[in-house]
Amino acid sequence: MNWIDIGALDDIPRRGARVVRTAEGCVAVFRTEADEVFALDDRCAHKGGQLSEGLVHGTRVTCPLHNWVYDLETGKVQGADRGEVATYSARIEEGRILLDPERLARRGAA
Amino acid sequence: MQKLVVIGAGMASGRMLEHLFETVPDSYEVTLFNAEPRGNYNRIMLSPVLSGEKSYAEIVTHDEAWYESHGVHCRFGERVTGIDRDARVVRGENGDVPYDKLVIATGSTPFIVPLPGHDLDGVVAYRDLEDTNRMIEAAGPGRRAVVIGGGLLGLEAAAGLRLRGMEVTVVHLMGHLMERQLDEAAGYLLRRALGDRGIDVICSANSKEILGRDGKVRALMLDDGTELPCDILVMAVGIRPASALGKVAGVETGRGIVVDAQMRTSDPDILGLGECVEFDGQLFGLVAPLYDQAKVAAATLAGAPAAFRPREVSTKLKVTGCDLFSAGDFAEGEGREDIVFRDPGRGIYKRLVLRDDRIIGAVMYGDTADGNWFYGLMKDGTDVSDMRETLIFGPSFQGGAPADPMAAVAALPDDAEICGCNGVCKKDIVTAIGGGASTLDAIKATTKASASCGSCSGLVEQLLAVTLGDGFVRDTVKPVCACTDLTHEDVRRLIKSQELKSMPAVMQELGWRTSCGCHVCRPALNYYLLADWPLDYRDDPQSRLVNERNHANIQKDGTFSVMPRMWGGMTTPEELIAIAEAAKKFGAAVKVTGGQRIDLLGIRKEDLPEIWADLNDAGMVSGQAYTKGLRTVKTCVGSDWCRFGTQDSTGLGIKLEKRLWGAWTPHKVKLGVSGCPRNCAEATCKDVGVICVDSGYQVGVAGAAGMDVKETERLVDVATEEEAIEWTVAFVQLYRENARYLDRPYKWVAKVGLDWVKEVLVDPTARADLVARFDLSQTVYQKDPWAERTDAATRRAWAPLADLSQEAAE
Ligand code: SRM
Ligand SMILES: Cc1cc2nc3c(=O)[nH]c(=O)nc-3n(C[C@H](O)[C@H](O)[C@H](O)COP(=O)(O)OP(=O)(O)OC[C@H]3O[C@@H](n4cnc5c(N)ncnc54)[C@H](O)[C@@H]3O)c2cc1C
Ligand code: SF4
Ligand code: FES
Repeated sequence: MNWIDIGALDDIPRRGARVVRTAEGCVAVFRTEADEVFALDDRCAHKGGQLSEGLVHGTRVTCPLHNWVYDLETGKVQGADRGEVATYSARIEEGRILLDPERLARRGAA
Repeated sequence: MQKLVVIGAGMASGRMLEHLFETVPDSYEVTLFNAEPRGNYNRIMLSPVLSGEKSYAEIVTHDEAWYESHGVHCRFGERVTGIDRDARVVRGENGDVPYDKLVIATGSTPFIVPLPGHDLDGVVAYRDLEDTNRMIEAAGPGRRAVVIGGGLLGLEAAAGLRLRGMEVTVVHLMGHLMERQLDEAAGYLLRRALGDRGIDVICSANSKEILGRDGKVRALMLDDGTELPCDILVMAVGIRPASALGKVAGVETGRGIVVDAQMRTSDPDILGLGECVEFDGQLFGLVAPLYDQAKVAAATLAGAPAAFRPREVSTKLKVTGCDLFSAGDFAEGEGREDIVFRDPGRGIYKRLVLRDDRIIGAVMYGDTADGNWFYGLMKDGTDVSDMRETLIFGPSFQGGAPADPMAAVAALPDDAEICGCNGVCKKDIVTAIGGGASTLDAIKATTKASASCGSCSGLVEQLLAVTLGDGFVRDTVKPVCACTDLTHEDVRRLIKSQELKSMPAVMQELGWRTSCGCHVCRPALNYYLLADWPLDYRDDPQSRLVNERNHANIQKDGTFSVMPRMWGGMTTPEELIAIAEAAKKFGAAVKVTGGQRIDLLGIRKEDLPEIWADLNDAGMVSGQAYTKGLRTVKTCVGSDWCRFGTQDSTGLGIKLEKRLWGAWTPHKVKLGVSGCPRNCAEATCKDVGVICVDSGYQVGVAGAAGMDVKETERLVDVATEEEAIEWTVAFVQLYRENARYLDRPYKWVAKVGLDWVKEVLVDPTARADLVARFDLSQTVYQKDPWAERTDAATRRAWAPLADLSQEAAE
């Protein structure tokens, strides 16, 4: 299956995020300082905070509502808090961000 | 003998021919084309030729004798114009040559940004000897060069031209130099080192136009209107694979000529080699992988099995004295561990990125001696878990001490100001310690350091500890966060005294343990920098938390609230109508707040720019209910209406709000102005509260009515409105300059003492200076964030990046 082009890398600020709306809810797409991209469910495992609005540091994001810290690669909460959100494969090709549609599709079933 | 034709006598093909003649000396009769009027030379050594450290003769790799002894037919200075695959013939400018096997090794072409004026005389790229000679001719003491591009090539060109006596400015599009090889921290050190060599660097700069006179370059103009005069302009912004020959010949091309692991193109008799090829979607711009390719290409021509595998590359900059090293992937992450070592005194930064106990990336600046050792461990995938603790210190580490948390303070120069109140330098304190002062109190008594507001006591204690060693035990102090051992007060003091004006500067000079901070220190540093250097520092939205970044308060359901300013609590029917219409249009809940204004709740993020535009159109600006900045100025009706009112409290409140709005502060700031001591505006529990009385104005400060409740303390009684405003502004600025991030004024005043605050503010000159600094900052920051964010670009940025909700999710 073809990867889905969701936009240009430059549409996301460094150390920032944008959301992609899907039928099953929003996916947060992050761009790190080092220009890597990561895609995670945009709902904090705590009380549903939008991770896309968090502060990005290294390859982590801090939830804007109550400061849970997530690892962008694994979707796991760091430190004393416990929780996890789904991650999706994302990559950059010629300045465009591509998402893996298969993983996205599977999220409804999961 | 078979006929082999090679197009391009570059670094890759030169190496390939060496391998070929070594392994199968008599299999091919070789014809070698080169567009440049010469044979193979070591292109990467053009930089020392430019700087004058080497001559061209010294960098030639294959001379006439070599070509002759291997029977190579040299067609130098002759460009190949086409390939006829059916006739198996290469078309040169001076005639055709038939081939059995063909190697395309045409390298890259420098990319020239098509700015107006790019074809002026004096605009050069940096690729070959001609370019180098053109630069050397243009160079000379007192003459000026501009280099566009702060990557490897651009910086080597800049350094070379500087060594030839030119005034050089580097203009770089990105936020830091060599962004593909370096992280921000190392980029900062590199920029500083170039600055020390007299090379100006402008980052985040967009070039707009190249200006000329009589067909010759005269200056570069940036899009902010800055003109940089120059006698020569070097463009070093990137390279493109020279794949055109492949394309017209009809072999498969992508960005480059597509080759397989044997270096064969889609035509098995034609090989591709060097920077002109694309392998597995990858392009190449450094020689190490090209040498691997050359070996494989030679093997393929010799009929031997071999396969090319791309490997990690490492980069060094060939600028004497700028020691940097970079290899692999140096982003952070889980499973990825970041080991950072900084020595502010010696300007050293080292960072290793580990994953699964293996090094996957390394960046270092200042001391790169261990670079190749780390690179070796990385290439070999060596398990480093056993040396994890001491790895960063390199192979020669012999059980030495771990990084010293007080290194930053130890590294301060003697004239670094430690106590801002009394102007006491490091040297004075160290001298006092030498003279026997061994406690904080003794230092206070002998030097006056930390005897006033006391916020530098942490630094004084560190100096005691550094100087006396074990002889001094510090009080336990709470550092900003896990990235540093310094307290907020220490950091604020050092930002001022060391004139640190960017986030990488703070992190390097103060020895941060992480490469780019965390959600605790970054918002604080961002505030300190913009408060202290309003004209130099640029606010970093990505270091702000959600509300300040979006200019709206996030709600628990992910929607936002929108609250226009209502100056001093006054409004008009027109404003109320506009608010009502906006509320209807965007389906908002409407709430009258505790701060005398109206909150519209439940707005979707993507609707924010539009509702802002609507409210802007009705003359309203952001109420900034989300900032660490001025919130509301509550007033009562005052002498305009109230039978007890002594002064125009509403008018004063409006004046104060109009003066103070937009300024960032350590925490939010709220004011109240009551028209008489009945205090209907609750001014006596505000950060600043003014009570109007018959004789004038009583200015109180440091009240609280949130998690703590506290009455204001009297700062001063004044007779006129102007004085009330002056004292208020001066107080707010003193708070802005000295408080730690997230301390409301009442907490800060409790630390420094109201007496100290009064002592500073009672001096009319100090007061006037504070007001002047406040007003200067307002020239930058008093801008309505809504008005700046109703354009199409913001609308796009506030909307989802993509909407896939219509696509079936089977
Ligand atoms: C809207 C409002 C409540 C209301 O419906 O009236 C409100 C709403 C919030 N307040 Fe407040 N405060 C509001 C007046 C107050 C007042 C009363 C006042 O201003 O006269 C106080 C007590 C005075 C004070 O400032 O201390 C107040 C003390 C707080 C505090 C405690 C601050 C403290 O230092 O103790 C917080 C928490 C904080 O800021 O860290 C807070 C934080 C909040 C936040 C921002 C919580 C958050 O982070 O999401 C709420 C945002 C809701 C939103 O999206 O709008 N709010 N808050 C009031 C807006 C006033 C305005 O027009 O701007
Ligand atoms: C100033 C400078 C400094 C550098 N420093 C470093 C460094 O420190 N480390 C590093 O790893 N790399 C460095 N590089 C990059 C390195 O030089 C290149 O990666 C390498 O030269 C590429 O080799 P190549 O054989 O693919 O192409 P080239 O060396 O460019 O050779 C290609 C040749 O083909 C010729 N040609 C092109 N088209 C035709 C045609 N149609 N007909 C005939 N001939 C043609 C060209 O004239 C050229 O001579 C540097 C480059 C420059 C310019
Ligand atoms: S008191 Fe303030 S912070 Fe608490 S719930 Fe009410 S609005 Fe929110
Ligand atoms: S909702 Fe994310 S931390 Fe509470």
